[in-house]
Amino acid sequence: MKICVLVKEVPDAAVQKRINPSTGRMDRSGEKNLNPYDTHAIEAAMQVREGGAVEVDEIVAVTMGPESAIRALHKAVSLGADRSVHLSDDALAGSDINATGYALSKALAAEQPDLVLLGQQSDDGECYTIGAVVADHLSMPSLTQVIKMDVEGGELRCERQAEYGYDTVSVQMPAVISVGDAINEPRYPSLKAIMGAKKKPLDKKAIGDLEIEADRVGEAGSKVACGDFHDPPAKTAGEIIEDEDTNETVEKVVAWLDERKLI
Amino acid sequence: MAKDILVYVLHYDGAFNKNSLGAVSEGGRLAGELGGECHAIVVGDKSGLPDELCATVGKWGASKVFRVEAPEGLAQPVVDAMAHVISENGHGYALFGGGLLGFEIGAGLCARLDAGVTMEVTSVAVEDGKLVAERPILQDSSISRSRYKSDVGVIIGRLNAFEAAEGDGGSAEVVDVDVQISDYSTHAKMVQRGEQRGADVNIEDADILVAGGRGLGKAESFKLCEDLAEALGGAVAATRAVVDAGWYPYAAQIGQTGKSVAPKLYLAAGISGAIQHKVGMQGSENIVAINKDSNAPIFEFADLGIIGDLNKVLPKLTEAVKAKKAS
Ligand SMILES: Cc1cc2nc3c(=O)[nH]c(=O)nc-3n(C[C@H](O)[C@H](O)[C@H](O)COP(=O)(O)OP(=O)(O)OC[C@H]3O[C@@H](n4cnc5c(N)ncnc54)[C@H](O)[C@@H]3O)c2cc1C
Ligand SMILES: Nc1ncnc2c1ncn2[C@@H]1O[C@H](COP(=O)(O)O)[C@@H](O)[C@H]1O
Repeated sequence: MKICVLVKEVPDAAVQKRINPSTGRMDRSGEKNLNPYDTHAIEAAMQVREGGAVEVDEIVAVTMGPESAIRALHKAVSLGADRSVHLSDDALAGSDINATGYALSKALAAEQPDLVLLGQQSDDGECYTIGAVVADHLSMPSLTQVIKMDVEGGELRCERQAEYGYDTVSVQMPAVISVGDAINEPRYPSLKAIMGAKKKPLDKKAIGDLEIEADRVGEAGSKVACGDFHDPPAKTAGEIIEDEDTNETVEKVVAWLDERKLI
Repeated sequence: MAKDILVYVLHYDGAFNKNSLGAVSEGGRLAGELGGECHAIVVGDKSGLPDELCATVGKWGASKVFRVEAPEGLAQPVVDAMAHVISENGHGYALFGGGLLGFEIGAGLCARLDAGVTMEVTSVAVEDGKLVAERPILQDSSISRSRYKSDVGVIIGRLNAFEAAEGDGGSAEVVDVDVQISDYSTHAKMVQRGEQRGADVNIEDADILVAGGRGLGKAESFKLCEDLAEALGGAVAATRAVVDAGWYPYAAQIGQTGKSVAPKLYLAAGISGAIQHKVGMQGSENIVAINKDSNAPIFEFADLGIIGDLNKVLPKLTEAVKAKKAS
């Protein structure tokens, strides 16, 4: 079977994320990295391959993003993907969730995967939803926030927490599964894998290669216009104590609690 | 754009979800301003959705409730149901309260109807006869406003963003609808729903909560929280990260897929303060956070922040609280 893993390039965790006021889009100028949540999806694919319940022929990393997103693909390959697909086109810039999900579903449809895995959220967009959008376009069942996934008799047995506790759901493949960060502990890539990543096949695709309709993507094709960015109401900053002498620290905390009649 | 609003109402164990009812209240208010109607939709086994129960959504502001017989607890059958009802009745908006299922259904609906979607919405306004949704972004440091360019706009609320307020509405008219469920929607099947995992602890009545997160490092370290909670006369709560890891029972979890609480004191130890946790506890009167990372988001909304190692601070704090109480 073939597994496609959706990965995304995001600003590095250390970078202060902000909106560029002139474009109304995320400022992507700083240091970038593979979305940390996506490493769990790659690891999940590796564990299906190594689990032996099913023969995995290929793990393909798929991203949509600008030129620089190649580095996220290299990282995905160093973590275990066999090759990657880079959907990149100026016409895609400024796509909203609807447009992004549509375009990604076209890239996936061309690959005909049995299983699509993705992360629980992107560190910058935080929409939690691309999986469900992609699944509907591909007419596949889907589940998000999965923290346990086993292949059993050709089906996936998945567990996840929903609003009333833990649900166990059996899902027929082909399927789209977004995994929670509790599903596994991603491995570190070996030096050899890092060095070899650039040599693995990378297919670059433009919208014309995938029959993506230009008027359904990009800023113009998006169905939501975001704007009027503004600050939330100011909140009085809390007090901060840096713990140097712990006896002193807890004395201050107790006084603080006592003042508010909490002790 | 059409002016009627369709609100998904989640139910479990014979009761409607509080956040869904909040969305009905909000939908009722917005439809009133738009000059349209607010309708609800319930999906599940009909035996669990009797007429009397369904009609009660009228109290919160829906004039009509569509009832669809379909599998429960999974998103895609609801996408089928809502897409059908919207295309038959021409709703302009689909609205969801906070939770998990609403995210999945809203996203599926966006693909199905080629509609715009906004999630984590904290407030909705009417402008020029259309809805505009506000969403905090980038760790709540900025707020963005969404305007819809599609025939239908999908709005997914943040947990507890919309308050369930009983209005003067009577009972809603119950309308049964037959919906053809897509083939692939039946490819996911619920095996077991709502498993509780771990002890049945009561945290909702506590005035003081000591909450532990991944920063505790291991299950055994919850003892540090338990000791402090005992000294303060409170109970212990947890984040999803540690519940998923099996360190603490689900019944103690605060947040989007756990409980919402508003105690007099919420003391968070080793918790980063992710949005999905914050939404379940930000109503607490006093928030104290202990975290070794000065950049942790929780310091943005804590009233008292202690930058330090919880392994050092918690034991001494417990002793100091005990000493104070004894004095
Ligand atoms: C759809 C969805 C629903 C969710 N529902 C929930 C929910 O209901 N409830 C919930 O809580 N989360 C929920 N989450 C998960 C949420 O996004 C976070 O991942 C989670 O809250 C993180 O838990 P944490 O703070 O314990 O762990 P982390 O984010 O890993 O934070 C651990 C913190 O501990 C600090 N730390 C480490 N060691 C020490 C030390 N020795 N001393 C002091 N501090 C230390 C670190 O600096 C860090 O800030 C949900 C996510 C999604 C996508
Ligand atoms: N542009 C993209 N290219 C590939 N995968 C993406 C893209 N955007 C989001 N994803 C995937 O969708 C997941 C959820 O992202 P989001 O819905 O933005 O929070 C991420 O963890 C990625 O796996």
